[in-house]
Formats: sequence, C-alpha cells, structure tokens
Amino acid sequence: MSKKPTTKKTTARKPVRSKKSQKVISWKRADGRLFDELRPLKIESGVLPNADGSAYIEMGRNKILCGVFGPREMHPKHQAKPNEAVLRCRYHMAPFSVDPRRSPAPSRRDQEISMVMRSALEPAVFLERYPRASIDVYIEVLEADGGTRCASINAAAVALVDAGIPMKDLVAACAVGKIEDKLIVDLGDYEDKKGQSDMPVAYMPKLNKVTLLQMDGNMSAEENEKALNLAIEGCKKVYEVQREALKKKYGIDQPQDRPPKEFPPEEPAEEPQNEEGPE
Amino acid sequence: MSANFQDRDLVIPGDVVFEGRIRTGENTYRQQDQVYATRLGLVNYSPDNVNVVALSAGYTPLVGDVVIGEVVDIDLGEWKIGIGAQTEAVMGIPDAVDRPFRTDYIMTRILDIGDTLVAKIVDLDRRRTPILSILGPGLGKVYDGFIMRITPSKIPRLIGKKGSMINMIIRETGCRIVIGQNGRILISGPNREREEMVVKVVTKIELEAHTSGLTNRTQEYLRQLKERSQ
Amino acid sequence: MSKNNIVSHLKQKKISEVLSTGKRMDGRGFGDFRELTIKRNILFKSEGSAEVWLGKSHVMVGVKVGTGTPFEDTPDEGVLMTNAEFTPIANAAWEPGPPNEASIELARVVDRGIRSAEILDTASLCIISGKLVQIVFVDLYVLNYDGNLIDACSAGAIAALMGAKKPVYSVVEKEAKPTGEKVPLTIRKKPIAVSVIKIGDNLIIDPTADEEDVMDCRLTVTFDEEGNICTMQKSGSVGLTVDEIKKCINMAQEKAPEIRAKAIGD
Repeated sequence: MSKKPTTKKTTARKPVRSKKSQKVISWKRADGRLFDELRPLKIESGVLPNADGSAYIEMGRNKILCGVFGPREMHPKHQAKPNEAVLRCRYHMAPFSVDPRRSPAPSRRDQEISMVMRSALEPAVFLERYPRASIDVYIEVLEADGGTRCASINAAAVALVDAGIPMKDLVAACAVGKIEDKLIVDLGDYEDKKGQSDMPVAYMPKLNKVTLLQMDGNMSAEENEKALNLAIEGCKKVYEVQREALKKKYGIDQPQDRPPKEFPPEEPAEEPQNEEGPE
Repeated sequence: MSANFQDRDLVIPGDVVFEGRIRTGENTYRQQDQVYATRLGLVNYSPDNVNVVALSAGYTPLVGDVVIGEVVDIDLGEWKIGIGAQTEAVMGIPDAVDRPFRTDYIMTRILDIGDTLVAKIVDLDRRRTPILSILGPGLGKVYDGFIMRITPSKIPRLIGKKGSMINMIIRETGCRIVIGQNGRILISGPNREREEMVVKVVTKIELEAHTSGLTNRTQEYLRQLKERSQ
Repeated sequence: MSKNNIVSHLKQKKISEVLSTGKRMDGRGFGDFRELTIKRNILFKSEGSAEVWLGKSHVMVGVKVGTGTPFEDTPDEGVLMTNAEFTPIANAAWEPGPPNEASIELARVVDRGIRSAEILDTASLCIISGKLVQIVFVDLYVLNYDGNLIDACSAGAIAALMGAKKPVYSVVEKEAKPTGEKVPLTIRKKPIAVSVIKIGDNLIIDPTADEEDVMDCRLTVTFDEEGNICTMQKSGSVGLTVDEIKKCINMAQEKAPEIRAKAIGD
C-alpha cells in the first residue's frame, strides 16, 4: 500500500503439508525460510498527511499502518498526568484484515495488544518532557498474517520518531517460536497456529534492554534462553530496516550523498535557546 | 573522546553521537560516558558542544516567541488558544485590551471562538501553559489572509540569516507574511497568484531545509515563477 | 467533519473571497475533480478490495463474502452489508469509538447506491433457501481525510466489487460445503456517487476538508451508466432552491462517467 504501484510478491504462500519435507540438510520451514530468516520486511515513514508522524509496514503478508498524534492536549483532562505525558496506544484491525471477516468493534485481544504495545514503547519515550499531554499511537491492521503485535511495535517506533517525539532509542520487535522442536524466528500465521510456542520480544537496540516479553507454549529453560537471544538477533535485523526507513525520507543515506564540505554556509537566524542538557 | 559521526550526518534517536566529556546541546542526552541523539536530525559538532538539528519536531513554546493561533474556547475571563503545542495557550483580558479593565467586557466582542490571532508568549505558568498577549506592534486579531502550516523546526530556515530568506520572499512577491514560531505562517497578498507563489516557495523550503545553497535556489525558483506568470 | 468542530473565520472569509473570483484555494475550477487513483485487488485476505486516493483523501475498501441466515422476508436472497470506519489515523480530531453520524451517513449513502441500482444479483447468493445465504460485506476504511469521502468510497466500492470473487458451494443432502472454487460476483450495474457542495452562491465539486468545513450544504447524487439517478442525499443545514438542485445534478452527471471509468479500470 503506497502511492507507487505495488507489484510485490511475497514468499509466504500457503504451505504444502508434506510430511517428508525435512530431508534436506539445512532444514527449511513451510514457506522455504531458514530457521533464523525474517519474512520480507518493508517500512516507509511519513505516509499519512494528517498525522504528526506515521509509518507503514509490510512484514510478510502483514500490512499495517501507524499514525501518531502529539504531544497534544489530553482529553479527557482528568486522565492527564501532572508529571509526564500519557502514551496511549490503540491496536485495531480492519474487518477485512482476517478470514473470516471480523467485527470492527475492539476485542479483548485488541485491548491486550494495545496495552503491551504501550509497555513496549514507553521506556523509549521522554514522557517527562510533556506533562499533562497525550501522545496517541494508533495502529490499523489492514491485513494480518501472524506476528501483528511485533509488526505494530516496529511501525509505531518509526512513527514516533517521524513525529519528532524525543526518544531514548528505537524499539524493534520480533517473535520466536518452536515448530517440530526447532526454534524459529518471525512466525507466519501458519507457524503461529501450528507451532509449539510463541514468544514475542521487543528490544531497544542501543540501550540493550528488552521492553516486551511474552510467551506461551512449551519450552525448557535452555530453549528459552536460546529463543531470547535469537529474538534479539531478529530485532537487530528489524532495527536496520527501521533506520533505513527513517533516513530514506530525507534522501540522505550513504556517506557519499552527504552535502559538500563548505558547510555550514547558512546558519539559522536564531541560535537555539533551549539547551536540552543531561537529564 | 570521540565523535562517532561526521558533521551533518543524519542520526536517529539512540545513536551514540559522542563519547566523552562535551557540552550536550539540543536533542541530545547523556548517559554516563555516552551522548545519544534524541531526535532524527543532522548532528552538529563544534569544539565544545554537540547537538542535533531536528528534521522533524513539534513546537515547544518559549517565552518571547511570536505565535499564530486560533481561539478554541472562552472560559472564566480567559481565552483558550490552540497553537499546536502540547497544551493550549491562555490569554486573559488585561493581555488583550490596552484600556482600563471593565468587568462587563463581553469577551466575544474582542475575540470570538474561531478567530485567528498573532500573539506573543509572555510567560509560561508553573504548569508550562503558555500565556499569550496581543498587546504590541504587529500583534492582534487577523482579519485578512490565510494560514499555512509547516514543521516548526524548519522555521529558522524560512527566516534565514538575519531574515535574509523571508525578506527576499516578501520583496519578490509583495505579500505580507507573518511567521509564527509554532510553524504557522500568515500570508496575505495583493492577488491570489502572488499568494500561491509564496505557498510554493515555502513548500520547497520545507522540503529542502536541510540542504545547502537554498537561498540562491529559492531566489532562482521565485524568479522562474514570476516569469511564468507574466 | 471539521477538525475541531470549530470553523476558522479567517478560513471562511478567505475561501469565499477566492470563490468570488471564480477560483478555488487549490487553483481548481468549480467543476474539477482532484487527482483520482484507484488500485484493485491489493489485499490477499479479502474476496475483493480497492485502494482510492482522491487528492489527499485516502480510502481502503474491503469486500468479504461470508455466510449466514437470510432475512425472514427474503429467504432466497443473499445479503449486502455496508460499513464505514472513520479511523483515528485519518484526522487529528477523530477519536476512536463507535461510528458517529457522519460515518453512518457515509455507509448508508454508499449502501443505497449499491442497493438501488440492484447491482448485486442477490438470488445468485442463495445457497439453501431459507437457511443459508452468502453475505457480501463492504467495509469502507478511511485512512486519511481531506474531504469528499462519499465519492471516494462509492468509487472504491464499485472497484472492489468488480474485482471480487465469491466461494462456490455445493449442496449435498441439505449440507452445504465450499468446493474451493471461486467465481466473480455478478455485478449488474456500476453506480457512481458525485457530491456537490454549496458555499454562499457557489456550487463546487469534490470539496477538500477546508471547503467542507465552511460549506452550507451538500447534495450527493448517484448515477448508473445510463445516466439514471439511483440515490440522492442532501445534508447540511442550509436550503437549496430547485434551480440549484438542477444545477447540482447537471454538474454531478457530467463527472460520473470519468469517475466510473477509473473505478472499473479502463
């Protein structure tokens, strides 16, 4: 979904239920991926004209839009916090995003994901800079294919930066699961449903902190540790795509594209009066 | 001590722009030995300071700023004015009317909901709410023209060094232009064509604010627009 | 549908001033549409879909074909349901929540256009008479608001329905099962809605959000391919003279064919 015609082919098709498919030496998943391979990932920033910040993500066949508004006056006022901004996340799915069609009304799952998104993103945002304000993060899932909460967090982090909200770090998310006793990264819908375990993880790459950790299924303590490390590696890969998405909007991406050395020729008229020093 | 990027490199929040002792400027923060960027922008190194010029940021109200806003509510002797900041601004009657205060002033006769005004931030109260005043030259209710919005962080670029950019635009188009630090621009011209020229030029500046040679390119662009209209 | 429900007096004044010179704020003529782009079949999980950009207004339409029980008074007919969602990402002033009157009006106007023109062959959607029929859901999802959502959604709905496929069912001993095959929906006509708004004495087509903020009223007319009128809807608190109504209908009728051409993909 973008202004240019999309002729994107995705590799995640409905898997063939072959019982003897795992004879190859490097084990491949139903859609042909290796255990630590992410689905095709594309992120664009600044796609919604009316939002303060926005991002669009395609993670496998997931298509998710995120719009950020704020910091702005909090309504209703009695819910505002005196010392910091309130980060409000709303995860919502279009009725046509799943099969069969679902009602547009928010479900309990929607509310849970909204809440974990907030927990995943809050540690990265300088909320204390905007007392009594709200920062609203709205997710709209246009098409779902497994791992939407991770994809949503990935889009939200980019949208927050696009909105110019001061952040300590980005947040990247990736899920690890288990299928046929093997750990796999970035589960597709099929693997989500048929797998033995699902562990979504969100991570701040530069600060090296995990901000979201959920898990269901069945894992030994050893598997769990391996899975967490695998997830973090996956998050780091996502982070690179997020960084590119942010830079791409300004067309400055490689060192050689940097403007020539006679800088800076024109300084802004007023020196910034607001010295944001150390906290 | 090390600068991890080159001057004018694009950085994102979380990038470590400097390691060691240095004064931290705008859009950076320090954790122990490392200085991180907090916004997407171009990093700027000078001998005693590192800062990031943000490419995208909301408006943070500062005392002394001239802003353009709209009245959104009237309540208990105060107008509430939307200026695109994290909270609405307020203005009391003494800051709007120069004459001795009369308790039966009908506020809507001075400024009504939906009115646009150019005001100055005279104070930030203890809850960081901007307090506005329209007493002063160039301030007051706006009767003519229209408002254009751009990213607040691009405003300094639109003004230019000592006003060089904006004065050039005013001169070449003959339009009246008032710039609000909150990213709103009031434009009022002799005819619609001239006003549209200003819109085109400002749009171009907003897109290319982070590049060099902009004043010259803008002047050239304006010249072309004027030629085409002849 | 204005941004804060507060209309800027300055904006109102400026728009009227510019209109009185025969132009609009964005330089268009009174009868001009903005750039319209429609892409079909972009969603894999929907039976039909379309994405519409009309100026900066951006809408996604999804068509899903499900099953359910028919209405009691039409036991042999499938069902059409149209729903509109004003998502909070589309406009700073839109809050998440249940549908408001504007989104309900939008859904119902588009729905009436589809229903009045009888474009869907509802008999072909019947699986077991009185028990099981197919239900066609048309979901109008607004992603960015810059005016004239009705026209954008109506064109999008037609585009999505044109490309939609429905699952085929086989009925064996009163049990219905999907065969796995999909066939295109039978779409008999292609009604297109065109809206005209009134600002002062001016009638203008395809309003932007700013123009809608200061409009006096709106008349939406839906035409089929033969130029017949399928539906009409007037909204807004100012009245229209019969003469103005005639003018609106003419203006709208002129534009319907080119919008239809984009929707069906010529």
